[in-house]
Amino acid sequence: MGAGHGHRLFFHGHGPIHRAPAHVKVLALLGFMLVVVATPRQAYGVFAVEALVLLAVIVVSRVPLRYLLPRMVIELPFAVFAVLMPFISHGPRTDVLGVSVSEPGLVAGIALLVKGSIGVLAALTLASTTEPQDLLRGLQRLRMPELVVQIMGFMIRYLDVVTAELGRMMTALRSRGCDPRSPRHWPVLARSLGALFIRSYERGERVHLAMLSRGYDGKLPQLEKTS
Amino acid sequence: MHVPDGFLDAPTSVATGVVAAAAVAVALRAARHELDDRTAPRAGLVATFVFAAQMINFPVGAGTSGHLMGGALAAVLAGPWTAVLCLAVVLLVQALLMADGGITALGTNITLIGIVTVAVGWAVFVLLRRVLPKRLEMVAPAAAAGALASVPVAALLFTGLFAIGGNAPVDLAAVATAMFGWHTVIGIGEAVITGLVVASVVATRPDLVHGARPLIAERELVTRKVVPS
Repeated sequence: MGAGHGHRLFFHGHGPIHRAPAHVKVLALLGFMLVVVATPRQAYGVFAVEALVLLAVIVVSRVPLRYLLPRMVIELPFAVFAVLMPFISHGPRTDVLGVSVSEPGLVAGIALLVKGSIGVLAALTLASTTEPQDLLRGLQRLRMPELVVQIMGFMIRYLDVVTAELGRMMTALRSRGCDPRSPRHWPVLARSLGALFIRSYERGERVHLAMLSRGYDGKLPQLEKTS
Repeated sequence: MHVPDGFLDAPTSVATGVVAAAAVAVALRAARHELDDRTAPRAGLVATFVFAAQMINFPVGAGTSGHLMGGALAAVLAGPWTAVLCLAVVLLVQALLMADGGITALGTNITLIGIVTVAVGWAVFVLLRRVLPKRLEMVAPAAAAGALASVPVAALLFTGLFAIGGNAPVDLAAVATAMFGWHTVIGIGEAVITGLVVASVVATRPDLVHGARPLIAERELVTRKVVPS
């Protein structure tokens, strides 16, 4: 593990956005999204400018859009809600393509979809251009409490280990005819999760002892820039 | 199923961000009593476990699926303060590295999923632990009841936030009813899985279940003389 491997959304590259310090990127994302969220819902010109700014950043980052766009499906549940909004809202009705919908609902639904999509695309841009280790260093520079940074570091480091362990458990269950999605097999699934918790916790204990034996005193020295 | 950017207006998002930051700060102090110097590695692995458990979807009907929130589960297994930290970190990682949940909605998500579900789940659990017989077998049902209560309460609180800072002219009573009904169904799934997971850990390693510690402490070591046959 460690630096260089990236994570699932990371897109290997050497563009200026990749090289920018992580704390600047996090602050830029936060500031940008606060502006987007605070934009009045019918200021479509402002939305267009914000989308163009984001697209410009993506072009500069040299992460291809065909890499980012399929990964936007994560917002699908709320997109469904946004699409439903014109139908479930009240207020004056208006006709769109021959269907009677609520006018304020339509406005709110569009605004929700636009803001949510800009948010997901902006977050994907951060995730695809930032290595986890750089992100941790960035959060440290932003004065995130040391303990939170450390817990996050351990989570990122062991994410693939634990999810791969879960994946192997699920493969083993399925190969024995168990369907983890079916409520009928929940007892089996739950025992697996219980075992996963015990294994994760015990791994945490072993990691802690291993770190103690290497001089751990509550601080992680390798989070400082080492390159 | 995390709240994205733009769902709540900016003042509400900032306000929940302040609430979340304050609660995490309190949890940072208190978690040291639950885990002492071993906090970081163990809480990190518990956070990873919560993340992995959230990956498992279960059907809730009408072709849709819900997934475990894990607030009550983490609270019973690792202790409430550690659970708040773990869920906050899980949500932080999901927002920053996985684009799941908006960065401006991070405070809302931490408040709802990280704090409310843990607080409600733990409160119900402790209450039941006090009322129910002091036996290890009662830990899992109490945890399940905590999980059952935690999900609809979080959903109702979300509706409340939506009433204050929502960007939609939707009939609030209808939203509240729909959210409450829907999340009660999800809460049943959450309760069953939480109860079963806790039961399996209690059966094998009761010493790891934070919520079972007072019951283990009450158990006395019994020695019996072996009668030679």
